[in-house]
Amino acid sequence: MAKTLAEKVWEAHVVRRAEGEPDLLYIDLHLVHEVTSPQAFDGLRATGRAVRRPELTLATEDHNVPTTDILKPIADPISKAQVDALRANCAEFGVPIYSLGNVEQGIVHVVGPQLGLTQPGMTVVCGDSHTSTHGAFGALAFGIGTSEVEHVLATQTLPLKPFKTMAINVDGDLPVGVTAKDVTLAVIAKIGTGGGQGYVLEYKGSAIRALSMEGRMTVCNMSIEAGARAGMIAPDETTFEYLKGRDRAPAGAMWDEAVAYWSTLPSDTDAKYDAEVFIDASTLSPFVTWGTNPGQGLPLTANVPSPADAVDETDRVAIENALEYMGLTAGMPLRDIKVDTVFVGSCTNGRIEDLRAVAEVLKGRKVAPGMRMLVVPGSVRVKHQAEAEGLDVIVKDSGAEWREAGCSMCLAMNPDKLAPGERSASTSNRNFEGRQGPGGRTHLVSPAVAAATAIKGHLAAPADL
Amino acid sequence: MEKFITHTGTAAPLRRSNVDTDQIIPAEYLKRITRHGFEDGLFGAWRKDSDFVLNQPAYQGVSILIAGPDFGTGSSREHAVWALQDFGFKVVLSSRFADIFRGNSGKGGLLTGLVDQADIELLWAAVEANPALEVTVDLDKREVRAGALTATFEVDDYVRWRLMEGLDDIGITMKHGDVIAEFEAKRPAFMPTTA
Repeated sequence: MAKTLAEKVWEAHVVRRAEGEPDLLYIDLHLVHEVTSPQAFDGLRATGRAVRRPELTLATEDHNVPTTDILKPIADPISKAQVDALRANCAEFGVPIYSLGNVEQGIVHVVGPQLGLTQPGMTVVCGDSHTSTHGAFGALAFGIGTSEVEHVLATQTLPLKPFKTMAINVDGDLPVGVTAKDVTLAVIAKIGTGGGQGYVLEYKGSAIRALSMEGRMTVCNMSIEAGARAGMIAPDETTFEYLKGRDRAPAGAMWDEAVAYWSTLPSDTDAKYDAEVFIDASTLSPFVTWGTNPGQGLPLTANVPSPADAVDETDRVAIENALEYMGLTAGMPLRDIKVDTVFVGSCTNGRIEDLRAVAEVLKGRKVAPGMRMLVVPGSVRVKHQAEAEGLDVIVKDSGAEWREAGCSMCLAMNPDKLAPGERSASTSNRNFEGRQGPGGRTHLVSPAVAAATAIKGHLAAPADL
Repeated sequence: MEKFITHTGTAAPLRRSNVDTDQIIPAEYLKRITRHGFEDGLFGAWRKDSDFVLNQPAYQGVSILIAGPDFGTGSSREHAVWALQDFGFKVVLSSRFADIFRGNSGKGGLLTGLVDQADIELLWAAVEANPALEVTVDLDKREVRAGALTATFEVDDYVRWRLMEGLDDIGITMKHGDVIAEFEAKRPAFMPTTA
């Protein structure tokens, strides 16, 4: 029977199947960070259980690490307690860890791919909903809760019910200036924050094929914002090219064997999806969010919507609440929204291509007076590469701050946050109330739009400069 | 885990859609490394508003939350489930739940019952008219009973069985250790390791 990519990867990982029970699925790679793991390790200790496969597990410090003075003790006592707990747990249970100061440290979803650990056809889990990022390689990758983290640590498996499949077909050529971030924001606006619930999304079509691996990671990263557990893209030459020669990628005869297997993974041409969505890439433009969930987005050329435009009562209340929280007036042009903070970084847009896109716009320009702009590389490796290319100098010359690697202002668990009433253009993934600091207001944007906004002082695209 | 067969208590109406886990428990509370004591962070931002439903005297001591559609979206933080449980909730009813939140709830022993939005509206009206109304959630019969009102709810068969038996997931899986070892022996050699 014809199968989709997601079904092939699923079938290849079924350890045990029994009538009326979830499938028991094997997990090839388990990524761990300081926030969602301490209670899981505690659970193991309480029950006297060991980590079954420490060598399929990798920890990194990212969610609440500072992005300045990283070699000094962490000032926030609670952040320090979490990081210390992770280090102690990894030592006790034999789990490899990349700590602050290590060249491999960084955001967990940046670190896995850049090491070549994330490969097609794998199952990848992490106690973080943006694990969907790894689906860009044709891996089945999804976020799990702390109980599941404990389950995977103890058994290297998870009991799971099969997902439904949804094809997101993005065909045609993206207009100049339209990026992977704009594609994903447009997809979420189209299907809604609950549209992907119960599904694995498979992004297909010529516009997706044309994306780099980093662009594909941006798209898969935000699958969760459409409610989907996972997003996937079939592996192809772009995938193999990215992986070849990476530290943990197979080499020699193993490489050929792996590529032969990976080449069997793309969905069969006559495979059936439970749902399909079609988007014409040529109609897309730079996209920004105006509200308090990632589905509340529109092209930058549009106006802030009105509660009167709502499709139903629930939607009307949602628009009303969002406008109130965001301090926006219905009907005002999105371009007129003034911004005081710009954040570039996160597992969505903290990779080298993102930093290059930002530097290209910033080069020879200054950020608007009073603008605070943070540029936070997704990993130490990304930071080093950017510095080798001179991007840090461009960033600093423009008046923006060049920081150390971590999740930073994406979720404001470290000192990088918005003050109440402050408004950001952010390359991250969530514009929820208070996400970037209590009372802070967030507009999700692409790296290019973030940089143009920093210069203009209001939401803007590079074409506006 | 405690067995869950039926639960009777009072209920709070949460008339909001798309309640994400950042609202259920803000990120600042995620820095803790313990498993309990998250009740103070539940709906942290909204609790500062004295009109918020859980601050109203009539809804003190509630153990059932009747929420709008798309409850539990966003971040995978299981702290959202712990915070609800620490606060005293045994059950959340909604017409739609985010997948990860629902999965986390099942594992933690918090029942998430999927109820038609029309019935949610009736339940809201009933507990708003009488906050002291006793609501019974019967997992055996998959029924919510509140005064004259009876609504059915959906729950995954396997989760229901586990909740009713009070079984721990990891213990169930570890019984199949030999099958896992067999699978491991056949994994391709080209797959990566972290060591």
